[in-house]
Amino acid sequence: MPAYREPRRRSPPLPAPRGPLSDAVIDALRTGADHPAPAVGDADPFGDDLQLALYILYELHYQGFEGVDDEHEWSPGLLALRRSLEEPFLAALRAGAGTDGDVESALSGLLVEPIGDDGHSVSHFLQDHGELWHLREYAALRSLYHLKEADPHAWVIPRLYGRAKAAMVAVEFDEFGAGREADIHARLYADLMTDLSLETAYGHYLDAAPADVLATVNLMSLFGLHRSLRGALVGHFAAVEVTSSPGSRRLAAALKRVGAGPAAQRFYDEHVEADAVHEQVVRRDVIGGLLADEPDLESDIAFGIEATGLLEDRLAARLLAAWRSNSTALRGQPG
Amino acid sequence: MPSSPDRPARVTLGAEGPILVEGPVEVVGDDGTLYTSRRFTAAICTCRRTRTYPWCDTSHRRRVKPERAAGDEPEKKTDEPEKTDEPEKTDEPEKTDKTKTMDNKTDGAA
Ligand code: FES
Ligand SMILES: [Fe+2]
Ligand SMILES: [Fe+2]
Repeated sequence: MPAYREPRRRSPPLPAPRGPLSDAVIDALRTGADHPAPAVGDADPFGDDLQLALYILYELHYQGFEGVDDEHEWSPGLLALRRSLEEPFLAALRAGAGTDGDVESALSGLLVEPIGDDGHSVSHFLQDHGELWHLREYAALRSLYHLKEADPHAWVIPRLYGRAKAAMVAVEFDEFGAGREADIHARLYADLMTDLSLETAYGHYLDAAPADVLATVNLMSLFGLHRSLRGALVGHFAAVEVTSSPGSRRLAAALKRVGAGPAAQRFYDEHVEADAVHEQVVRRDVIGGLLADEPDLESDIAFGIEATGLLEDRLAARLLAAWRSNSTALRGQPG
Repeated sequence: MPSSPDRPARVTLGAEGPILVEGPVEVVGDDGTLYTSRRFTAAICTCRRTRTYPWCDTSHRRRVKPERAAGDEPEKKTDEPEKTDEPEKTDEPEKTDKTKTMDNKTDGAA
């Protein structure tokens, strides 16, 4: 295996705009002006332009962009614009998520295992029909999250205390390699990408990612960066940990079937076992601890679970529609 | 946290699913094989259905028939037998029921 090349050694170039909102953000970052004030108006809250504008603004809090002053992270004009983009996104999530408000019932649907494929699951599709090119596209698109895996969830740590905090930090410690650099989950993911001959540089696939991919990552940043949404962040984290283990088993099988190397399988093998533990700890102590300390957050936790399902469903529909018609799920590629 | 006389390792039992044991921990399998987990907590399978013995892999979950939306049939023919990924180690009959699964399952890893 070639020497490991850190994906985050450099920051990525700014992406190409997808409409007036993302264009204004990119222009402000490029010129250093701090007064982009395009009207958000009736932009589609799940659409390419709004989601990309938001993604770029959030990315200033993680890795930034090549040639863009790091200080823009706290530019008042950009923060005001971010707010105006977050509001319709959050409203659309609230409108689309269930209104039950009950954590147990929100989780109960995730704690059973469907027999066979219901026709809506990407991991079932990949396990049963996935070819190498499907897996490469899936890995490229998911890299927007996995190359910063668990980072958005670290924002919640200072907002928690007691049992919820201790448990959240324990799970995050595992995500960050339990003290061993080579075991950081983001690094395991870069190794997976190398096995699939993908480019591992951070942000490389941003231009190729459709809005439905950006939205799943923006969700975590939105929940993570707002203390008022700490319950939703915890709910989101629980939803992904609970569903990850069986889905990872299917993806490991898919990778094995197409002949991907051991590093590609290792990422998902590790998640089968790790997330079976993480699920237990998150449900029992992160959610349990937070509910004991702040019972008023129950409906927010349930909202985080449901909003995650909503966006994952949209993404799955997008990927499956493309692949079932034998075309690419990536943007800007000849289909 | 390693077990010590002042701070014995804690084992947590739940109503269903695995036993949680503070790690690192060694487990001797039923055929004498030694397994080691260095994770902060290990989840030891109690249902005997796991495919990552002795660690839980969520195979203890209740299995349900997914509800398909009308007119939304996957390309599989309906007279084909349902393919289930049956765990090898099960000695219990398959427990299934018709409980509705939430249609929003996520496919992401965490
Ligand atoms: S207890 Fe979880 S797989 Fe057996
Ligand atoms: Fe995890
Ligand atoms: Fe992980």
